[in-house]
This record gives sequence, C-alpha cells and structure tokens, in this order.
Amino acid sequence: MLKSFFVAAASLILAACSSQPPAPEQAGAGVESRTPSAVKVETPQVKPVAQEPIDLTSMAALRDPRSILSKRSVFFDYDQFSIKDEFKPLLDAHARFLVANPKMKMLIQGNADERGSREYNLALGQKRADAVKKMLLLLGAREEQLEAVSLGEEKPRNPGHDEAAWAENRRDDMLYTGEY
Amino acid sequence: MMKPAYVRLAVRGLAASFLCLAVAAHAQLSIEITGAGANRLPVAIADFSGERIVSQALTAVVRNDLDHSGQFRLVNAGTEPMAETAPVNYPDWKSRGADALATGSVSTAADGRYETRFRLYDVQKQVALGGQAYVASAGQLRATAHRISDYIYEKLTGEPGIFSTRIAYVVKSTGRYELQIADADGENAQTALASREPIISPTWSPDGTRLAYVSFEAKKPIVYVHSLATGRRHVAANFKGSNSAPAWSPDGKKLAVVLSKDGGSQLYLVNADGSGILRLASSAGIDTEPRFSPDGQWIYFTSDRGGSPQIYRIPASGGGAERVTFEGNYNVTPRLSPDGKSMAFIARNDGRFQVALMDLATKQTQILTDSSKDESPSFAPNGRMIIYATEIGGRGVLATVSSDGRVKQKLSVQAADVREPAWGYFVK
Repeated sequence: MLKSFFVAAASLILAACSSQPPAPEQAGAGVESRTPSAVKVETPQVKPVAQEPIDLTSMAALRDPRSILSKRSVFFDYDQFSIKDEFKPLLDAHARFLVANPKMKMLIQGNADERGSREYNLALGQKRADAVKKMLLLLGAREEQLEAVSLGEEKPRNPGHDEAAWAENRRDDMLYTGEY
Repeated sequence: MMKPAYVRLAVRGLAASFLCLAVAAHAQLSIEITGAGANRLPVAIADFSGERIVSQALTAVVRNDLDHSGQFRLVNAGTEPMAETAPVNYPDWKSRGADALATGSVSTAADGRYETRFRLYDVQKQVALGGQAYVASAGQLRATAHRISDYIYEKLTGEPGIFSTRIAYVVKSTGRYELQIADADGENAQTALASREPIISPTWSPDGTRLAYVSFEAKKPIVYVHSLATGRRHVAANFKGSNSAPAWSPDGKKLAVVLSKDGGSQLYLVNADGSGILRLASSAGIDTEPRFSPDGQWIYFTSDRGGSPQIYRIPASGGGAERVTFEGNYNVTPRLSPDGKSMAFIARNDGRFQVALMDLATKQTQILTDSSKDESPSFAPNGRMIIYATEIGGRGVLATVSSDGRVKQKLSVQAADVREPAWGYFVK
C-alpha cells in the first residue's frame, strides 16, 4: 500500500514538472526525454555517486582523493612561519577530524629548504611544524593528539636547487596514526 | 728515548677500536690538494732499509702525510734505503736542499710482527733530533707510519701532528646514509652506522671512544650516543618533538642538546647516558648548534632572537646571553678552536655560505674559503686545519683549509655525497 502511495506521489511530481514551461535552452534540443531509451539508462546513475557526501570524520576520508583530508601539506614563504590564508580551510578540516576522532594522533613534520646550516634549518622546520600544531590546538585538537617534529632540509620533496624546488620544500606534512 | 712497550699498547688499542666497524671499501675518500703554504720546510724521507719486505710502503705514507699538511716540501731522497744506524752525509743532504732528514729500518721481530725504527736529523745543525721504535703487525703499519709522521711534525714545527687522528662524516648514496670513520688521510674508512634515513651532526666524545649524532630512523630526529669499540649505542635524547645538535662537555659527562619538547628549539643539558635533563636557556626564538668552549666555561650557540641568525654565548653554569657576531645577517655554526682563542663559523656573504674565522679577543674576522655552500666546520685537534663540507659540481665533498686560509684540500667519495665532517681528538 505504501508502495502505491509513493508511485502516486512520484507521478504527481512528474506531472508538476512537465507542466512547467520549458527553459529556453531546452527548446528544440530534446535533451531530457521522460521516456527512457536504452542509450540513456546510465545517465541518472552517475548523479547519486557524485553527490554522495563525504563523511569528513570517517577514516575513509583520510585517503579519499576527493576529500580535503587527503591533502596533507602546508607550504610557507621564504623565512616565514605563519599559516597562509589559503591553508586555513585545510587545517580547519583536520582539526574537526581530530576532534571527532580523539584516539587518532597526528605527526606534523616541518621541512626547510637546503640553504644554510643543517641544524639551523632543522630549527626552521620546527618553527613551521609548531605553527601548524598551534593552529590545530586553537581549533580544538588536543595536545596528546599532536607531535610537531622537524626533518629540516634532510628530506626534500623536490631535489632541485632552484626557487621552485625550495618553495616545495618549505613545507609541513601531516601524518596520521599508521602512516608513519 | 725509545718506549716500544708503550707504543705497542697504543697501537693495539687503536686496532681494537676498529673491530666492530664494517669496512667501507667502496667509499674511499680521495684527497686533492688545491693550495699550499708559503713557507714549506724542505724535508727528505729516505726509504727505510728492509721496508720492501712489508706489504705497505711505510715511507710513502709518511711522505704523503707531511706533504698534505702543507707545512713541508718533500725533497727527493733517491731510491737508496737508509737505516737509522747509517752515518749521515750532512753536506750532501744540504746540497740537495733538505733542512731535515729521516732514515729508518723495518725488520721482522721474533713473534712475526714488524719492528720499525727511525731517526730524524737536523741537516742545518748536523744533529740527530731523536727517534722512535714501534712493533706492529702488518695490518698496523699504516698506523705506525702516521705515528712517525706525528713525531716528525712535532719535532720540526713544535706542535703536535694530527696524522693519527680520525674523522667522522656521513656519506649519502641513493637511499642510503652511512656514518663513517676514516684516518685523517681519508684511508681506512669504516662504517659505524648504515641507515635508510638521514644521519646528521656527528660529534666525538673528548676521549675519542664515542660519537653522538642525530638519526631520523624513527621518522623524527633523535640523539644517540654510539660506542665505537662495541658498536652499541643508546638514546641520549628522545623527547616529544625534535631532539638534535648534540655537543659534548669537555669532561665527556654531559651533552648540550636542542629540544623542542617545551615549544621552539631550545638549549638543554643532559647526562651522556640520557638522564638528568636541565634547561640551559630560554628565548622566544630559535636557539641551536650549542658548543662548549674548550675550558668548559661558555656555551656558544646560534640564535635568531635578534631577528637574524647570529652567534651568542652564555656561561655554561647559566646566565645572560652575550652576542658574539655582528657583521652580516647570517652567522651560524660556531666551533671553538682547541686553544679557545678563535671561533670558526659559517657566514653568508652575498648569498654565499663560507667558512669564517674570528679572533675572539679582537673580534677580527677573516673569510677562509672562496666556495659558496660551506657547512659544518670542525677544527683539527692541533688547531692548524679546519675540515668542512662544501659542494663541487653539485656533489657534496669535504674540504680542509688551514686556519691561515693558505692550504686547501678536497676529499671526495666517488658517486656519493659526503657531508657533516667531525675531526676527532688526539688518541692518547
């Protein structure tokens, strides 16, 4: 009985839709036919997948390339340690994840470009890791969840020796439990 | 004059300390001299009688040592072997241009080892300056040669030689880092630690038996102390955050380290066994690269507390910081000379990072190198030379420069980067 109610409701909605005047773009184009042909069967199946919301507190979201949580790097300007505005949504999302998953821990690895002393660069990387840690704490993550360390200039992502390479290497990476 | 029993013990001790090190035959350091001192003392080293019976030519090693020091010019001594007991024709050696002459002999002792005797002469004054005798197995003949070089160097310059000392450094090849130890002439390289993750900041304990260093094998920097004789090591600092930049106190009991456990990179003091952590200083910025002065009174370090990285010092017992460098906006990596009178460091000049030397009394500073990516200077224990890391043709090499800036050498390893040199102390 319920089923027949839904069918009736659906046909009412369909009727309502078809009673609306067609949009100018649709005129003569014949894009959306209400009588499905064999060719167009797959079209409506794509939409639900694309619109499926990603649960930004789930473990799967850490690896899902469509999720902001799969992004793990924060980049810095030369001799700078402040978080640029463009990375604030990223840190906000990671902070929410940490709040929702209090057992998850994060290792923040700071990096520096290759110029100058290795130990001083280690300290520069530490400053960058500390900056991300501080922001995540402000956004609600707990001290026990976070460790900020530095790899200095020792693990460059880009092995080059120009400004493009150095910019890529002035970076923090965020790693979760099980990833380091 | 001769103390064979004492020398025998010393040579054996040296060999024992190598037992637990793997031989790194593929990564031999090769040396190239790129500059020489102005006033080199002409010296002749005759072939020692009987040395052809041993596998290694002793006198070739001695000549190589003296030549590389930049203090001597070798006079051709001909091919005729001369025993230490043979009479010296002083006018003949004077006419060949030699100010000093060494002669000697190698013979087989009753136990199958080799006995090496030599004597050093002052050709100008026509007197014998002294001599030594050593008993050593075939594998220890290089060490014997270095001891002869040390003796000659000290007799002729008045300063101890550094030919029997060792250097530690890190070799990076694809995906592999090795902490190696070699003789000061680059020979005899041994691997103390191999890792897939970086190793930095090796530094010798004052007694020469241990190295402290930073290893990233646990995905973060941790300070270890490694005993070379046993190959055993322990964690000296592994706190939350980063642990780095170890520096030995002159008595070898403590390490100054840099920790970020309380936020920022800050100076602490810890016992060499990892116990008893104590904060040394507090600043809002970076404090790193601590080094004790040889008298143990001061700790020199790099700090950006004034806006740019500069060198400061604090009393080792605690107290206010005093700024040491003022010229330029990047002065890092302070290293005190063994006599405590001068300080080597890295200064940035027009974008080039170079080894500089400051006279601590007058604050007069001299740039010693003309390269542009210099790092990690380290004094030889007699203060005459500084070894440092630099880059040539895109590859990391080690180089030495005399503390007057005149004598320069380059040490490289085929197809690998070499960095982070640390010159060891005198072996007692």
